[in-house]
Amino acid sequence: MNMNPQLKEKIAFGVLQLLTMFVILPVVLIFMLVLFRGLPGLSWEFLTQMPSSGMRAGGIFPAIVGTIYLTVGTALFSIPLGILAAIYLNEYAQRNWLTRLIELAIINLAGVPSIVYGLFGLGLFVTFLNFGASILAGSLTLAIMTLPVIITATREALGCVPRSFREVSFSLGATRWQTVRHVVLPNAIPGIITGAILGLSRAAGETAPILFTVAAFYLPRLPRSVYDQAMVLPYHIYVLSTQVPNVSVKVQYGTVLVLVGMVFIMNILASWLRAVFRKRKTW
Amino acid sequence: MRRPFDFIIEKLVFLSGFASIVFVILIFIFLLKEGLSLFGQVSVRSFLFGVNWYPISDPPQFGIVPLVLGSLFVTLGAIVIAVPLGLAAAVYIAEVAPKWFANILKTGIELLAAIPSIVLGFIGIVTLAPFLKQLFNLSSGLTALAGSIMLAFMALPTIVSIIEDSIVSIPKSYKEGSLALGATRWQTIYRVTIPAASAGIMAAIMLGIGRVIGETMAVLMITGNAAILPTSFLQPVRTLTATIAAEMGEAVAGSEHYYALFAIGIILFVISFIINLLADLFLHRSRKVRKRVTRNG
Repeated sequence: MNMNPQLKEKIAFGVLQLLTMFVILPVVLIFMLVLFRGLPGLSWEFLTQMPSSGMRAGGIFPAIVGTIYLTVGTALFSIPLGILAAIYLNEYAQRNWLTRLIELAIINLAGVPSIVYGLFGLGLFVTFLNFGASILAGSLTLAIMTLPVIITATREALGCVPRSFREVSFSLGATRWQTVRHVVLPNAIPGIITGAILGLSRAAGETAPILFTVAAFYLPRLPRSVYDQAMVLPYHIYVLSTQVPNVSVKVQYGTVLVLVGMVFIMNILASWLRAVFRKRKTW
Repeated sequence: MRRPFDFIIEKLVFLSGFASIVFVILIFIFLLKEGLSLFGQVSVRSFLFGVNWYPISDPPQFGIVPLVLGSLFVTLGAIVIAVPLGLAAAVYIAEVAPKWFANILKTGIELLAAIPSIVLGFIGIVTLAPFLKQLFNLSSGLTALAGSIMLAFMALPTIVSIIEDSIVSIPKSYKEGSLALGATRWQTIYRVTIPAASAGIMAAIMLGIGRVIGETMAVLMITGNAAILPTSFLQPVRTLTATIAAEMGEAVAGSEHYYALFAIGIILFVISFIINLLADLFLHRSRKVRKRVTRNG
């Protein structure tokens, strides 16, 4: 059939638009659902009290605190290591097979299924190093999972610093490390922070890696040390929606809204920082 | 004068550079260490080709065929749904939509990527499963189809953003040449743009598959979790990942069951290794082609 090309184009673009809406509309619906069903469940008590009546009532305070501890623990391990690794790759490494191997390793770390990280954490941190199911073991597991995100973001940020900055520093007699420390890093910090926050927001929402390394089914008190188990929001949602019968919709959606809220605050913070720093950039 | 602190930190930089390699090796070693212990008692053959997964019956059977098929079913379904949708959305965002609208759509897709998988699993249980149950008149909506749809949405952000990137980085001269010859924008898109982005599209599909095969919590919650040989998309299935997540809590450390779950971990690790390697090859090829073009052009 010989259709007019202009008409054909119109039809094709219409179909593309329709398919795109199939992708976007569910996202909008999911957000409205979580927001409108979750808001009625939110209250000061819900955020600050221990769960009660078999987690069907009371608050989710220990799960919120556990998620914060775990995210901070992840940050403590993954950010310094990730930044140093990126500095090596971007500022020191030669273009050779070894560097290529490191890059492949990073790509693979990024692709390893999250449940496999859970197994690894169980094998290495919980059992072999004898940390037990603990905040320490969970943080380390999540940190290794987050590492590729932080390395990649940092490399990109370092790569955006113009080469001439480095050349000027070298020409003044600075060593490579002095150049990195005083010239490259200060200019790359915004990108690094943004990437780190995004990586951590993903870690905060992960469930599979923490199943066997830290998550407690029901622990109505705050963790006492890094060797203690903790309740965490993502696992708590799993428990509420599949393991405990007759949990009210209010409690379920309320918990989901709190987790989504935390993840989104981190995402918005990252975008905002990026925008602020971009405006300030002079080159 | 070099200060000692600088010297130490420079050494740390070198060490950290190799951390990723060390971790990949460590992960593999620990999976092997626990997983291979299974094969003292159970033959590799009955593990890989056994059709019964009855880990707690007596004697236990550890055949992973039902789980592999479960993963394949769900992955295939998800890719069939996600690739056309993702390609369409990427082309629309990169080539058709006005800039302001494209930016809104991109934000929407970033939002989708940011939703934790446990949340999508929960939403799937409360909305998608009852819907499918009614639509197909099933006893339960928790099926391979529900898992496929959910996973398609999880793979979409990856697929859309990689395809969009590869479309945007096609040299302008390609499109200009086509338009100058009198082709419409649509003719240019499907005759020039999409073929030129094909390596990127392949990479997007590979990474989408990687994302789907490794996904755990949402499939655990929404596929119905029955370790049986699947025959239809309207049946419950159980994936490799969901099996580990569901059973590790009950498996006694050092038991055959425990080792078997680590052995599944080895399989998943190897699959994701191969998929990521392939995706990287495609991405490198698309970059190389582009470099050659820009050098000549």
